[in-house]
Amino acid sequence: MSRESINVLTGVVAPLMLDNIDTDQIIPSREMKTVNRTGLGEGLFAGWRYTEAGSREPNPDFILNRHGYQQAEILLAGENFGCGSSREHAVWALWEFGVRAVIAKSFGDIFYNNCTRNGILPIRLEASEVEEIAAQPGPRSLTIDLPQQTVLAGNREYRFEIGGYAKRLLLEGLDPISLTKTEMGRIEAFQASDRAERPWIYR
Amino acid sequence: MTTPQTLLDKLWARHRIGDGGDGADLIAIDRVCLHERTGSVALKSLKEAGHEVQSPERVFSIMDHIVSFRAGRGDDESRSPGGDVFITETRKMALEAGINLIDTNDPRQGIVHVIAPELGIAIPGVSMICPDSHTCSLGALGALAWGVGSSESEHAMATGCLRVTKPPQMRVTVRGRLRPGVTAKDLALHIIAAHGVAGGRRCAIEYAGDAISALSIEERLTLCNLAVEFSAFTALIAPDRTVFDYVSGRPYAPSADEAGQAAADWRDLATDDGAAFDFEIEIDANDVSPMVSWGTSPEHAVPIGGIVPASVEPNVLEYTGLRPGQPVAGLSIQGAFIGSCTNGRLSDLRSAAEVLKGRHIADGVRAVCVPGSHSVRAAAEAEGLDVIFKQAGFEWGAPGCAMCFYAGGETFAPGERVISSTNRNFEGRQGPGVRTHLASPATVAASAVAGQITSAVELLGKDVS
Repeated sequence: MSRESINVLTGVVAPLMLDNIDTDQIIPSREMKTVNRTGLGEGLFAGWRYTEAGSREPNPDFILNRHGYQQAEILLAGENFGCGSSREHAVWALWEFGVRAVIAKSFGDIFYNNCTRNGILPIRLEASEVEEIAAQPGPRSLTIDLPQQTVLAGNREYRFEIGGYAKRLLLEGLDPISLTKTEMGRIEAFQASDRAERPWIYR
Repeated sequence: MTTPQTLLDKLWARHRIGDGGDGADLIAIDRVCLHERTGSVALKSLKEAGHEVQSPERVFSIMDHIVSFRAGRGDDESRSPGGDVFITETRKMALEAGINLIDTNDPRQGIVHVIAPELGIAIPGVSMICPDSHTCSLGALGALAWGVGSSESEHAMATGCLRVTKPPQMRVTVRGRLRPGVTAKDLALHIIAAHGVAGGRRCAIEYAGDAISALSIEERLTLCNLAVEFSAFTALIAPDRTVFDYVSGRPYAPSADEAGQAAADWRDLATDDGAAFDFEIEIDANDVSPMVSWGTSPEHAVPIGGIVPASVEPNVLEYTGLRPGQPVAGLSIQGAFIGSCTNGRLSDLRSAAEVLKGRHIADGVRAVCVPGSHSVRAAAEAEGLDVIFKQAGFEWGAPGCAMCFYAGGETFAPGERVISSTNRNFEGRQGPGVRTHLASPATVAASAVAGQITSAVELLGKDVS
């Protein structure tokens, strides 16, 4: 998967206003059929998106199948979105579907980190702010400005917080490994002195 | 005078290479575990990006997630259709990278969080990660261990470290003693039900108190295992004599001539008096009863005599087929599963076997026991536990994650209820439409015999009368 940077993003927002949407829902394990990071988009929300397990017949009631939401680039959710299994496939599936940002009241920790490593912007907003956005009639577009850390919904603007490192990864589309590798000098110096203190780790 | 430190403060300081910028630290990762579900992807991505594994001797690749649990399985046999490719690719990539490989039928094989303690990969003071959310289990031994995604494991393999922001800290103090028949699983579900799945949000949680010190290693692993279901970053228990005795002599633990140095290094691994936590929770062990979950989140749990609460989201009621006020005990079950990184260890199997001895599962119940590792399986067989399980009507499987999560293939039918010693009762976790009820191994065994959700105490009591 290519690393794309995110700067200002305008896209349709799809509300999935439940709490605790876990990564088993985002992509069920049975849909993880490939040993690659691609080919997972079809499995996104498979349990809800299709009429039955294994079928590809769209469930007309599911938000991403409804008119105007099929190209949604932004998801809106409740508390603890992405909790559960650490499977990064959840993020790869979202990315492949076309999702570039998820706004939620809160996130599962591992999922949040996985997003920032894969070009998806996770945005925490206050519960009342998420409810306000959800209450606006849809389908509608939002504009997210990562440098300014704002979400523009209609005439309302919401500010969000994001760690500096995560922001840099997303803005610049950086490869975190290459970034850290520039510091191998101090990493190896640490390991050399640690090896003397804890030789059993380095056997 | 120095500022009193928590156990996490000490583990963090020892692994801190330096400032990671933007509020994060560069934290040295001593050991990395991989599994076949994501191992090949991670190793392949590294290779394609031109990165090498920095210290292959400190990386362990283990086949557990989707290997078949059929006794007598082949090396490439998966329980997931097409899953053999995950196994063969992971093996190929692991051999190529020169990392430690613990293959499907290796006598050391088992669920990563079961074998990491068995092999001494998880020891006090080690920092380790695995692309599996239940890596927090290993904090039970005083290891700084947490679950990450695939990309973060690649980062740790390539650079020997991760860029991490130090988590907030919570102490959960459990006073008194758990009552007889009440397990670490019940304690974990009690805590999550009382404080909600978000209750431990993003914290490193230290479990402390006399009830915790009294727990065996296996019980501690069960308790810490469920910390991620409490939304914690990870869990920790200060290593004590019980832990030091347990790790001694294990293959990847300090050798005999390193023992003195290790003991000195580990002695200090405890929270100092007066150290500050961001959050504190106190629990009276006496308040904990055998628990069972009824809904689609681990917080949806009640004492076995409890009822479905009055206010429940409609989607949860629809999925579970329950109504508010309905008693959870007495719900008829069609499946029972004992195993997983939560409750697949020898003491778990013993407690279930105690209930099953001389009894048989009810008609219409499919019951499966999958020991957490080859070593657990062999030890159980040496005690004759396999015979008890089989005579009771249980299938006796080969080690792995097995029915903890559905990965395609055959499973229970939609709408069926399964009582399970696992960690997640999410929608579809054990199969499309399958309704999972989490409980301890003893409760699973008792319910399998009764054909309905029941506690071991009640089942054994009935037999006596």
